[in-house]
Amino acid sequence: MASFSDASVKVKLILVSILSKGVALLVAGIVITSLDLMSLREKLVRRMSIQADIVSANGLSALLFSDPKSAETTLAALKADPRIRAAGLYAADRRLFATYVRDPSEGTRLLEDSLGDTGEGHRLGDHRLVLWRSVLFDGKTIGCVVIVSDLSEITATMTRDVVIFASVLLGALLIAVTISWRLQRTISQPILDLAGVARRVSQEKDYSVRATGESRGEIGSLVTAFNEMLEEIRQQETELRAARDKLEQRVAERTTQLQAANRELEAFSYSVSHDLRAPLRSIEGFSRALAEDCAEGLSESGKDSLKRIIGSTVRMGQLIDGLLNLSRVTRAEVRGRSVDLSALAGEIVAELRNGEEGRQVECVIARGAVVQGDPALLRAALQNLIGNAWKFTRKRASARIEFGYAEESDERTYFVRDNGAGFEMSYSDKLFGAFQRLHGQEEFPGIGIGLATVQRIVTRHDGRVWAIGAPGEGATVYFTLGKGGANGRQEDRAAG
Amino acid sequence: MDDKRIVLLVEDNPDDEALTLRALKKNNILNEVVVARDGAEALDHLLGSNGKPGRIPLEHLAVVLLDLKLPKVNGLEVLRRLRADPRTRRLPIVILTSSKEEKDLVGAYDSGANSYVQKPVEFSAFVEAARHLGLYWLVTNAPPPMAG
Repeated sequence: MASFSDASVKVKLILVSILSKGVALLVAGIVITSLDLMSLREKLVRRMSIQADIVSANGLSALLFSDPKSAETTLAALKADPRIRAAGLYAADRRLFATYVRDPSEGTRLLEDSLGDTGEGHRLGDHRLVLWRSVLFDGKTIGCVVIVSDLSEITATMTRDVVIFASVLLGALLIAVTISWRLQRTISQPILDLAGVARRVSQEKDYSVRATGESRGEIGSLVTAFNEMLEEIRQQETELRAARDKLEQRVAERTTQLQAANRELEAFSYSVSHDLRAPLRSIEGFSRALAEDCAEGLSESGKDSLKRIIGSTVRMGQLIDGLLNLSRVTRAEVRGRSVDLSALAGEIVAELRNGEEGRQVECVIARGAVVQGDPALLRAALQNLIGNAWKFTRKRASARIEFGYAEESDERTYFVRDNGAGFEMSYSDKLFGAFQRLHGQEEFPGIGIGLATVQRIVTRHDGRVWAIGAPGEGATVYFTLGKGGANGRQEDRAAG
Repeated sequence: MDDKRIVLLVEDNPDDEALTLRALKKNNILNEVVVARDGAEALDHLLGSNGKPGRIPLEHLAVVLLDLKLPKVNGLEVLRRLRADPRTRRLPIVILTSSKEEKDLVGAYDSGANSYVQKPVEFSAFVEAARHLGLYWLVTNAPPPMAG
């Protein structure tokens, strides 16, 4: 059945047609032939029975008068019927009284085979019919007639019947195949077309093709539904494509805008770097020249004014540098390298100690803080954090600065802690803004760009930064680097 | 010290020019300083134009102090043209500019600058830089032999 299931609709339809018609014809033929055979056999038995009755009537006197010759003459009359192969007349004592044999070579063997039956009856074998009748005289059995007839006539008739039937069957099937071949097209062709279209759609992704064919009946509604489905898919595809194109276009536009903005920003910072410095240099330089060249003509108040001008230009220069650094941090490419923050912190502390030898600061640096990140940017971040700690502990008798790290819920947090001036927690959100300062210039000089720079560097490393502190009790700035701080732990394992 | 040796200052800003001259003077650098106000003038001084030789005798030139942001021909272009000419190929050229942008640094060194100095905002630092420059390029540094 598997091969039938695999066959195409066309073949299936034809096979179904042939099988159903063939089986119907075959059954009809077998029934008719069987009936025919039965009737032929009955007819033969009836005929032979008549012959036996005639022989019995004619052979009665011969038996009575023991005249075998006359009996044989009677039997010889059976010659007229070619079906009768042999006949015999038996006496009451079952002695063979007279015989007739069509083919003498066969002898009386045919009769001997069939002896032993009495009364009236017949036996129908495969090849012959043996029929016997009692010869009665005054109600008394005085002998028996046996006729052996062959069935060649029935066989011939049956053979002819079968041949005719087979021819009819074959002819009918041929006609059936021809008709069903023509008729199946109306059923199978639309299905085959539909299958072809479906294959094309799935292989070539061409949703513009349409199935053609009739519009009535189940196949018609199948074709219509299929086409509607295709139309829907095509529309959705078109919409999707349009949306994607639009999106790509928008991305391209935004990219162009972004690139333009970046170029502008670069030009801007270049301009700031070059053009803002020049007049500042003039102000500073000529103020100094004035102070030097005309010192005698200036009052104390004039000298103080000049000093303030010079101080402001220096501060403005620092602001410009800070701004430029901040924008450089934002634009700089972050290179991923292995960076030892502990070693960096050590170097920075050493530099600070060198720059201000008089100060006593206790510095505690945890070892093994190795991360993946940009060495220059991370150094700048640590420089700002430790520099701040250094600056804000200036007024402490026992200043303490600590760099360390802690594992917190699968994330490594680094921190720089000091016991310096600290800050009010309510201002903590202002800490990381550019040019935001929580202390007076007189108290702690600065330009307010350090923590903003730190925040940008940490953000560029996919990290977060926050601070905790209290006025007079110091501050701790925490930061993370990268998602989950996984790189830190990896490095630890590599280092260990 | 060879007092005849000339310094060429290429500077468009008269304030910066005055400050530079003042800084040099404060360091007792008494060499003649020729000032060019733009790139074209600098090239004219050094290489000449229309077949005429430059106004500065190259054999007496100690160093060129070259600003980058200049009218007409910018500093990097001046640098490239000087390096392309066999007469000034080995001339000591120091970039003296306000910019510390990476692209300027890279551009200057790639084009063959011998040194790069950022003009400090503070005059005292500027004077110090001028002192170093004078000492180094006019005294310490051995000038290249003049091209044939």
